[in-house]
Parts: sequence; C-alpha cells; structure tokens
Amino acid sequence: MKRGEQSGLGASSGSSVWPVTVIVLLLLALWYIATVGLNLAWEKDVAKRAGRTDVDILELVRGTMRQERPVLPAPHQVLDEIIETTIKKKVTSKRSLIYHAGITLSSSMLGFLMGTLLGIVLAVGIVYNQALNRSLMPWIIASQTIPILAIAPMIIVVLNAVGVQGLLPKAFISMYLSFFPIVVGMVKGLNSPDISYMDLMHTYSASGAQSFWKLRLPSSLPYLFTSMKIAVAISLVGAIVAELPTGAVAGLGARLLAGSYYGQTIQIWSALVVASVVAALLVMLIGLAGDYINRRMGLTHE
Amino acid sequence: MLRGLLRAIHRKCLPVSESKSDSSVIAIENLSLVFETGDGPVHALSDIDLDIQRGEFISFIGPSGCGKTTLLRVIADLEQATAGSITVNGVSPHEARMARAYGYVFQAASLYPWRTIAKNVALPLEIMGLDKATLQRRVQENMELVNLSGFEKKYPWQLSGGMQQRASIARALAVEPDLMLMDEPFGALDEIVRDHLNEQLLQLWDKTNKTIVFVTHSIPEAVYLSTRIVVMSPRPGRIFDIIESDLPRQRSLEIRETPEFQHLANRVRDGLRAGHGYDEEG
Repeated sequence: MKRGEQSGLGASSGSSVWPVTVIVLLLLALWYIATVGLNLAWEKDVAKRAGRTDVDILELVRGTMRQERPVLPAPHQVLDEIIETTIKKKVTSKRSLIYHAGITLSSSMLGFLMGTLLGIVLAVGIVYNQALNRSLMPWIIASQTIPILAIAPMIIVVLNAVGVQGLLPKAFISMYLSFFPIVVGMVKGLNSPDISYMDLMHTYSASGAQSFWKLRLPSSLPYLFTSMKIAVAISLVGAIVAELPTGAVAGLGARLLAGSYYGQTIQIWSALVVASVVAALLVMLIGLAGDYINRRMGLTHE
Repeated sequence: MLRGLLRAIHRKCLPVSESKSDSSVIAIENLSLVFETGDGPVHALSDIDLDIQRGEFISFIGPSGCGKTTLLRVIADLEQATAGSITVNGVSPHEARMARAYGYVFQAASLYPWRTIAKNVALPLEIMGLDKATLQRRVQENMELVNLSGFEKKYPWQLSGGMQQRASIARALAVEPDLMLMDEPFGALDEIVRDHLNEQLLQLWDKTNKTIVFVTHSIPEAVYLSTRIVVMSPRPGRIFDIIESDLPRQRSLEIRETPEFQHLANRVRDGLRAGHGYDEEG
C-alpha cells in the first residue's frame, strides 16, 4: 500500500476539514429542504381541517419540523431523539439506543469473526486446490446473488428447528454476507506475491506450509484488511436484517420494525443514523488496524 | 559446436564412472529445452554442452532470447530440460535444489518488503530450520561480507538499489552454498554502483573460492569477472563460443584499460556479432 492510500476516515489533515464540512452542511441543507417539501402537505391539511385559510407560509414551514410523525423528520428532531435515547437513558434501559446497538453489535461482531475465518479458510482452499477453485467459486458467487431479505427468514427458521437460538442465527446472517468480500480479497492477496518471490522460496526448497506462512500470508494482509472494511459494514447490515423477520424485541433492527409498526418515523431515522455511525466507527477501526499492520510490516513508507 | 561434439565423443570413450571429473560442479550434455506455446514450439535451448569446474567464475553472455537466463534456471531446477542430461554436484538439479546446493540471486533484489534486512537475510536460514545462534551468526557474518553491517533493522525501501542487491547477495550467501547462480544481478544498477559491486564480488569470490555462474549482457562485466565466458546466440538458444580468460585471478578495475582485456572483449564482441549475423541470415 502506498502512502496516498491511507484511509480517508482515519486522519483528517487540515486541508481536508473544509471540503468535508462544506459537504456535510450541503447535505443538511438538502435534508431540511426535503423535510419542508415532504411534510408541507400534511401541514396544509391540518390548517385546512382547522378551517384556517390565512396561515402564514413561515408558520407552515415551522410546522413541518415539529410533527410527531413526519414523512421525513428534520435533522434536529432526529438528533434530539438520539440524545434522548442515548445520553439521557440508562444503558440497561429497553428504550436506550445504546442498549439496542449493543445487541445488534454483538451478533454482527460474532458473525463478522465467523465470516472472516470462513473466508480465509475458503480462500486458502481455493488458492491451494484447483478442484476447490473450480467447484467452490461459482457457489460462492451464486450465494451472494440471493437477496438476503429472502433467505434470512429461511435461515432463522431452519436454525430454530435444529435448536439454534439467541445470538447465533443472527450471527449466521452476518457471516453469510461478510465472508464473500474476505474470500475474494484473500484469494487475490494469497496470489499476489511476485513470481521472483515464489521462485526464491523454490530455491530454498521451502515446503508448502513454509511458503504460506512466510510469503503468501504476509503478502495477503493488506488485501485482508481492505476486505475486512467492507465485511464489517455489511455484517452490521446482516445483523439488522436478521432482526426484522424474527420479530426480535431488542436490537437496531427491532427498533426499525417497531418504529414502522407505529409510524414512529423519528425513531426509525434515529436508529438508522446510529446504525450508520456504528458502521462508520467499525470501518474506521479496521482501517486504523490495517494502517498499523501495514506500517509494522514496512509496507507503508513514512 | 565442433568443440562440444569432440568433448561429447571424448566423454563417451571414457568409462562411465569417470565421465565426470571430481572437480566438475555442473555437467551439461546435449541439453535442450523446448517451450510449447500457442504459436508452436520455441527452442529456448538447443544442444548445450558445458562443464563447469569447481572454483570457476563463468559468465553467460548473449542478446535477449539467447536462453542464458533459461540455462541458469535449468541449473537451479526452476525450469526442466526437455532433452539431454544435466548434473549439479553429481546429482540431478532437483536433488541439488532439495539439498540447497546453490544460492540464487535474481535480477531484482526481491527482498520481502515486510521484513527488515536482517530478517530477509535470515529467511533461507529460517526455512532450513537452523537454531537461533547459528542463524544470527550467519546473518551477521554475511551482512558484514557485503558491507551492510548497521543496516540490520532497516526495511528494504530505506536502502538504495545497490544496497538492496548486496542484501540479496548476502541472503544467497547465508545458505553457505559452494555454488552461486546470479541472473544479471547488477543489470538494473547505474554504472558506478555496478563497477563497485563487480569489484566487491570478485574479492568475495577470491576469498570464498565459490563457483559462480553469472548471467549478463554487458561485455566489460563478463570479461572483468570471468575465468570463462560462454557466448550464446538466440533462436535456437545455443552456445556459440566459449572463451577462456588469461587475466590474473586478482584483478582491479584498472585491468579494463589493458590490451589483454581489450583483446578478450573484442573476441566476445566478435562472437556476439557472428552469433547474431547467423541469426539474421536464418
């Protein structure tokens, strides 16, 4: 990995602060405009039913950001809700988003770990065995073409039937999604050493295991960490999706589901925002770990 | 060609057990290598006859496509001949490779970027399973030998191209082979560094009395280093001429100004030209 490729999420140098701020402000502005646009109809309706025809447009606009169940909540409403359900609630409370995020996080982390291990094992098999390469790869690709929403309930039901409950079924969905980028990245990484590096191992009459541990595996690490960034984000998606068909009572997915049952759009949006913040933090963590490993291995030059 | 034929006949007349003298490190007879490609067979090597004695410094020189690198790779068991016979230390190249009979230096330094220089030099020793003390002693000795002491903890990218190549030579030497196979090791370096490393390599050869097989496309380099120069020509890759050097074993860079050196260089140049001319006619 070269110097320029360092994760943009990690370090924010002085020159990148302004562009990022401008983009965030622009997005917020767009969000507010959309809030007004989408909620205005309801606001007009309310005014009409109250028999008022002389409502000030400013009052209408203000109203669009105060609705209890808006089509699209305003950013500050979402922020208020998040503050209300994180800082101001005890972590153990059923209404704390931190509690729910923790539930989802634990199963997605378990699934991410299982997916990473599975991905590495499959990649090693594929790289070292031609038959596995030809037989496994099509199935691995096919597995990812099935919509996860369709297969998630099936997996939950089947696992439930054989007595697997709790964290594991959700973790399985996460694994199902996250092993794929690991396999693809690791196959590429394990095959990445230069021919001369491989020849060198040959001249030492190194065993297959020795070339694996001393050459192929170290060469693959940058690829592994790049894949893990993708895998960790989608494993969170997997855990959330897995909570939807199970009628789970806890977890970010459960919050989304409950929110949609009762038309609590603010609750839905705050769960979404928290989910994406958690995902961003996870990707950042993996990115930092990857940078550290690359530096330790002398692959990043400073 | 004629000389090779004579030698082959001569050898056939001798009893089998004596066909290779004790001091012969590499014995190649009638060796050919044909690559099967989509465009039909490519004759990379054709009818190679060569005997390399212990302690020799022998260079393969020729234009690209003449098979000099391929021949070196056959000796190293990185390619397999399709016809003829070859022995390295009296056994097949495969057995020689398994016994770690040679050190191989590639055109690129091929240091592993995630290992420090000392760890790179230690790589073959780790694979050989040496104990820690022996390993460290050998790393230290060989880094000293190529004047890299003090750079143990540096990473390859922190070193210049010439230093990287010296590290890769130290890595090959650490195996303590009697035979060194070097494939244009200084080809990518600038002239000044190259001269310097040539001088150091000669001193090293003189000190250690190893057999060195050296691939190059530089006439001065081949003449300066070698006790024998194998001139090769392309399509099919074959030995065009073998030139014995009468230069003294200990040489300084100034020897390149002498008439003897110029004479040898001219013979090599003529050989290369003739080999090429033949190629253009055909």
